[in-house]
Amino acid sequence: MPVRVNTTDPAFLDILQDRYSGFLGSAERAEIEFDVDVTVPVYPVPDIGVRVTQRLGRWSLQAGDFLAEWEPASRTGRIRQTANPYSIDAVLRIVHTLVLAQQGGFLAHSASAIRNGKAFLFAGVSGAGKTTISRLAPPDVTLLTDEISYVRKQDSGYIAYGTPFTGELAKLGENVSAPLAALYLLAQGSENRIDPIPPGEAARSLLANLLFFAEDEELVQSMFHSAFEFVSRVPVSRLTFVPDSRVWELIG
Amino acid sequence: MSRLYVARNPRVAARSLDGEMMIMSGRDSTLFTLNKTATILWQSADGTTPLDEIVEHRICQEFEVEPAEALHDAETLARELASHEIIQISEEPIPQPNPAAGESR
Repeated sequence: MPVRVNTTDPAFLDILQDRYSGFLGSAERAEIEFDVDVTVPVYPVPDIGVRVTQRLGRWSLQAGDFLAEWEPASRTGRIRQTANPYSIDAVLRIVHTLVLAQQGGFLAHSASAIRNGKAFLFAGVSGAGKTTISRLAPPDVTLLTDEISYVRKQDSGYIAYGTPFTGELAKLGENVSAPLAALYLLAQGSENRIDPIPPGEAARSLLANLLFFAEDEELVQSMFHSAFEFVSRVPVSRLTFVPDSRVWELIG
Repeated sequence: MSRLYVARNPRVAARSLDGEMMIMSGRDSTLFTLNKTATILWQSADGTTPLDEIVEHRICQEFEVEPAEALHDAETLARELASHEIIQISEEPIPQPNPAAGESR
């Protein structure tokens, strides 16, 4: 989803262009627009967690390092933050979770990649192997992300998109997309194998890996039902692997 | 002794998948997976059927259990589910705006 970011701070603009290189395009195609007020840093940054609340059609996003507003009706918002790319990164992730939740899509803690025209998600908590399986990908694999996957619902299926949201690999995904063929729940073990898992466990595992911040009952319900819709349409399996490239012989 | 009425909280999301009932709190996104007894209780919690009738007609029919013991366990379970705001409990019937509210779709 193209996002236009307006700032009067040339140094911050340089930071953004560097941070999101590979994901830059025409401002005319923007579906979301943010004005960013760059402020002077205050130390220490208050540790207040993240709060995402909605009132009268306007979302408020608040954390120690940013304060933002987002109005879905006008698709515009304002961010007040220091010149820290991680702050705008967090705001953009949150806003995407809000938009996608209303469309049956989501952001998930998972690596994702394209092989032979099909996309695959590799989900797991920190340490499950998202970065490892991304690092082991052979040359014919296009990496979409090693950390945060972007999934949109389209017709009767789902499309996975590349994201600039990186994990330990610190390598941006490619700005491409493909129909989603499978979701693998990662587990590291003594052999490479794929095992089916019951639908209930699939739904629970997916829900546990979704990024969601909003304190909003209606949106929580949308996200919940979207997860069940997803597992009814996309095969979900457990991928147990040893950390070497042979695991990719099972994928695609 | 007063009777206890139970009603599904329409503010939670619920789905049944392969016989497993999963419920998510709309308030804090906590996910619950109900066991078989809790699932029967949830499905029967229409706000107008007293808990003792649910126990007699649904739970005792499903499990080999003494009615008095089953009712005691069901009351404990109902209070626990209510503490998580999955259901509401009252000593009076609980009006429901929509009998199917919160149920899986």
